[in-house]
Amino acid sequence: MAGLATAFGSGAMTNSIPEIEDAECILVTGSNTTENHPMIGSRILRAKEKGKKLIVVEPRRIHLAQFADIHARPRLGTDLAWINGLINIIFAEGWEDAEYIAARTEGVERLREKVAEYPPERVEAITGIDREMLHEMARLYATADRAAIVYAMGITQHTGGTDNVLALANLAMVTGNVGKRSAGVNPLRGQNNVQGACDMGGLPNVLTGYQSVTDPAVRKKFEQAWGLRSGLPAKPGLTVVEMANAAAEGAIKGMYVMAENPILSDPDANHTREALENLEFLVVQDIFLTETAQLADVVLPGSSFVERDGTVTSTDRSVQRMRKVIDPPGEARADWEIICEIARRCGGQGFRYASPGDVFAEMARLTPIYGGMSYERLENEWLRWPCRSADDPGTEFMHKDRFSRGKGVFTPVDYREPAEEPDEAYPFMLTTGRIMFHYHTGAQTRRSPSLEREVSENYVELNPQDAHGLGVHPGELIAVASRRGSIQVKAALTPTVPKGVVFIPFHFAESAANALTNRALDPVSKIPEFKVCAVSVARLVTL
Amino acid sequence: MDYRTVLTTCPYCGSGCGMYLPVLNGKLGEPIPAKTHPLSQGRLCIKGWSAHEHVASHDRLTKPLVKTGSGFKETTWDEALDLVVTRLLELRDRHGPDSLAFLVSAKCTNEENYLQQKLARAVFGTNNVDHCARL
Ligand code: SF4
Repeated sequence: MAGLATAFGSGAMTNSIPEIEDAECILVTGSNTTENHPMIGSRILRAKEKGKKLIVVEPRRIHLAQFADIHARPRLGTDLAWINGLINIIFAEGWEDAEYIAARTEGVERLREKVAEYPPERVEAITGIDREMLHEMARLYATADRAAIVYAMGITQHTGGTDNVLALANLAMVTGNVGKRSAGVNPLRGQNNVQGACDMGGLPNVLTGYQSVTDPAVRKKFEQAWGLRSGLPAKPGLTVVEMANAAAEGAIKGMYVMAENPILSDPDANHTREALENLEFLVVQDIFLTETAQLADVVLPGSSFVERDGTVTSTDRSVQRMRKVIDPPGEARADWEIICEIARRCGGQGFRYASPGDVFAEMARLTPIYGGMSYERLENEWLRWPCRSADDPGTEFMHKDRFSRGKGVFTPVDYREPAEEPDEAYPFMLTTGRIMFHYHTGAQTRRSPSLEREVSENYVELNPQDAHGLGVHPGELIAVASRRGSIQVKAALTPTVPKGVVFIPFHFAESAANALTNRALDPVSKIPEFKVCAVSVARLVTL
Repeated sequence: MDYRTVLTTCPYCGSGCGMYLPVLNGKLGEPIPAKTHPLSQGRLCIKGWSAHEHVASHDRLTKPLVKTGSGFKETTWDEALDLVVTRLLELRDRHGPDSLAFLVSAKCTNEENYLQQKLARAVFGTNNVDHCARL
């Protein structure tokens, strides 16, 4: 997010989901799309069916890879090198869109100099991608009339994640692929309302619609609208991983967690647990007694998705209604009512709403990119933000004639090695992710009989050659350990993972992958390095 | 007999597929994909098809809980909220607004997320607001 916002002035998917199937070339990286976003995955397959080109850059042999024109398998954590390498080839071959670069962007000279440091030989040495394959990737992507990049957390969950995104933005702008239909740079969000949680100011540095807390005019507007006598805080707050660190050190003393399960979703689960245990007071609002709720002093029963009204914003900026179908069970309540009641009991003004529609109307008045939306319009129209006024039809693809920030800016970025490299004691690289049948920390999906039937147990993917070397049999329970913790998990032998790499899904509390992962943070986005860390793999009993 | 189908959005990934949920006398049925939906065009993945299943789980929380020396005990809303409010205000007054932190949620609605950050900022005076979605 931080990367795209720097380049274009906005961090969301630039194009809409339906456009994807008409891209001439689609570059998918760091996204196991058919498993994690199946309906977007099927758009990509439909593009393939229409004869479009597909490039997949992914260390694992994911499902989509078998349909790709090119499947490149870079070493884990080396994305920046191949992306810079592609841009270098594009300049060398004269495939850049010179007119677009001149009219719409700034900083191309510094980019040209930087990528010149990434000749194909060097890129091949770093990434393991064959230089001819790299050249062919550059040609397919750059010579396509409309080329789309699709990425997910495989790109952002690294200490260099923000740089990776900046590099992809560079690649797209060099070829004039931002601001037109069926092209763009498209981050796929993992959960139903990640986009909306960000849009609504669920971030430490911005109020709704990415209005900065450091801007006095913005604060004044909200202070007036909310009827506050004292001023809003001007200093950006802590991110979730920083909160855990601050809690462990005793600087954060109380926490209110709404429908999140940081023990399973944060890196280094043991540390997160210790941090939460160190709090003087923890309140958790959820529909299940999750691993995090078990640590709470007070647990408030909230509502599931069918038990309250509201809206969510999909990964392509479409705002849609969620509708109440049934009442919550027992004494459970709608989450919006619980928050309002807490606010009122604290003496907070302006927390009396008749319905979520009223909340939406207040939010829209204060949020320019949602300014033209209302429940009435959402009944009859399909609206994607930005939608600034009542007659604004919303925005299918962004940055059409100009970028949100004016000109698109090239930021030259350099490859850095992952924070933790394999060594003698921890010779394997671990990468984590989601699988098709479960969702995030599994709190909901693991209570779903049909999903639990498909995959009810955690596993570690291990290359058969590595397994042979270790004497590990299929299905055997083995130990995977990092510098931070160790778990026992069943071995699944599969060439999906390259030699020297293991993959563990993170949905399972009983053998949590995040007990192993690294808390090292990307310096800008503060996203932890989930995707790469060094581990050892061993049999439990050596016969 | 009260039978309705209600159009809503899949609660799982960010693709935003549309589904109708049938309900008969207060009991939820299986999702029906929304044919004219621009994003999902009448299709759902396996997670979407089973989206209703966790709702009726026996593990659902139905009463507020407070932790005591011997584990959780059920309590009334009034007592639970009173405790939450007293403790949070006390910590704020003793250690300052930035001794508190609030997590919003990628599983909640826009309205709920808006209210939660408004609570953190306007009532408690801290920008310590985030969610697990960068993860
Ligand atoms: S049906 Fe599947 S692809 Fe569609 S939103 Fe739900 S989880 Fe995502």
